[in-house]
Amino acid sequence: MNWADDLQAVTLTLELAAVVTVLLLALGLPLAWWLAHTHSRWKAPLAAFVALPLVLPPTVLGFYLLLLMGPHGWVGQATQALGLGLLPFSFAGLVIASMLYSMPFVVQPLQTAFEAIGARPLEAAATLRAGPWERFVHVALPLARRGVLTATVLGFAHTVGEFGVVLMIGGNIPGATRVISTQLYNHVESLEYPAAHRLAAVLLAFSFGVLLWVYRLRNNSTSIAATALDGAPRA
Amino acid sequence: MTPTLRRALCALVLAAFAWPARADQVQVAVAANFAGAAQKIAAQFEHDTGHAVKLSVGATGKFYAQIEAGAPFDVLLAADQSTPARLVAEGQAVPATLRTYAVGRLVLWSADPALVDARGEVLKSGRWKHLSVADAKLAPYGQAARQTLAALGLTGAVQPRLVTAESIGQALQFVQSGNAELGFVALGQVQPPDGSRVPGSMWLVPDNLYAPIRQDAVVLAASKASHAATQFVDYLASDKARAVIQAYGYR
Repeated sequence: MNWADDLQAVTLTLELAAVVTVLLLALGLPLAWWLAHTHSRWKAPLAAFVALPLVLPPTVLGFYLLLLMGPHGWVGQATQALGLGLLPFSFAGLVIASMLYSMPFVVQPLQTAFEAIGARPLEAAATLRAGPWERFVHVALPLARRGVLTATVLGFAHTVGEFGVVLMIGGNIPGATRVISTQLYNHVESLEYPAAHRLAAVLLAFSFGVLLWVYRLRNNSTSIAATALDGAPRA
Repeated sequence: MTPTLRRALCALVLAAFAWPARADQVQVAVAANFAGAAQKIAAQFEHDTGHAVKLSVGATGKFYAQIEAGAPFDVLLAADQSTPARLVAEGQAVPATLRTYAVGRLVLWSADPALVDARGEVLKSGRWKHLSVADAKLAPYGQAARQTLAALGLTGAVQPRLVTAESIGQALQFVQSGNAELGFVALGQVQPPDGSRVPGSMWLVPDNLYAPIRQDAVVLAASKASHAATQFVDYLASDKARAVIQAYGYR
């Protein structure tokens, strides 16, 4: 029984992390691009908001999400008015909570990478009559390749390791909100140490493997980035 | 050294030896559901005996892991019977001190004053989307809730609408925040000891629907203040302590 439960938790966690990473990249790329280039007075408040989950305890974030998304919170009232029902205890609710929670891990590497490109390659591309979209896709993105990779992997891995937020708004429903970390927590709390060790070993091996892969790839991609840089003015 | 000074010094040394023997400090690990009652009882115990009591509130399973790892607790007030029994079997607790200090009572509760009827018939209705229960593996109240649903023949019917909390505290939180319309919680959580009433509706689940939720206390073998610790565990059976325990919704 345990193995099947664990396996279901692992599958659900990977699904959650994949969905969250894709959505966060879609949201994070324009947001990070804007943060890297704007002089708006909203830049600092928005950057601070994005970074909040870095310092807030996850259970605090989860508790307020539970209240906000509940029938008395304004988010909950909005989702009900739209006919979407309530978000807590659902996969969709976990996706939204995880996006908030993993946001800085995606946005910050992207922003740093975009800022590191500087204005010159983009100006050069502009003189060659590349439009804003072409400059973003053909110049900025290849140059920010390492940042994109880091953002993707950190966003994914951080969502896999998420615990406090899920615990607060999940309701521990198998196949919907029971992820690896809550399953592991349940094993430990119910003194099922062998099962806990097994799942912890899987999580540890996965996390280490992913990080190892990233650092290897990052070392190699230095040369790729350099090639892209060489090619940029000619593009 | 003058005789007076010598006498004074002797008295001081004697007093220094005598003092700790009379006033020890008892470090008590207490299950979260009993925290409120434990605070009151500890204050009375300090007043009556002169010993000091320090409370650490948490989950029984975590305390077990911490005791295994050498945590400096003198007494465990568990939320169940199995954890203290396990500690006794492992030689980590003193068998003679093991006793049931409280028996919990289960209620079906809703923040909506009109939802739960006096016989729990609402469970069979479609007037709710989520029923909050504590995890049966983690919390004795969760186990009692499962037994109640089974006794009513509703296990299969409510399963898709069940949300599981990690503790009885979280089970209440899900209901209080309105995310679950109703939930199985402890009587003590929704019936404050001062006699006031939390707005809402409830059904006191009859005793014959679930096995008694016994909570056991035990003195730990590694305690350095075992005398005072034993005194504290005995104190839980005193009339004064019993009155507090009952006011908090336990038997």
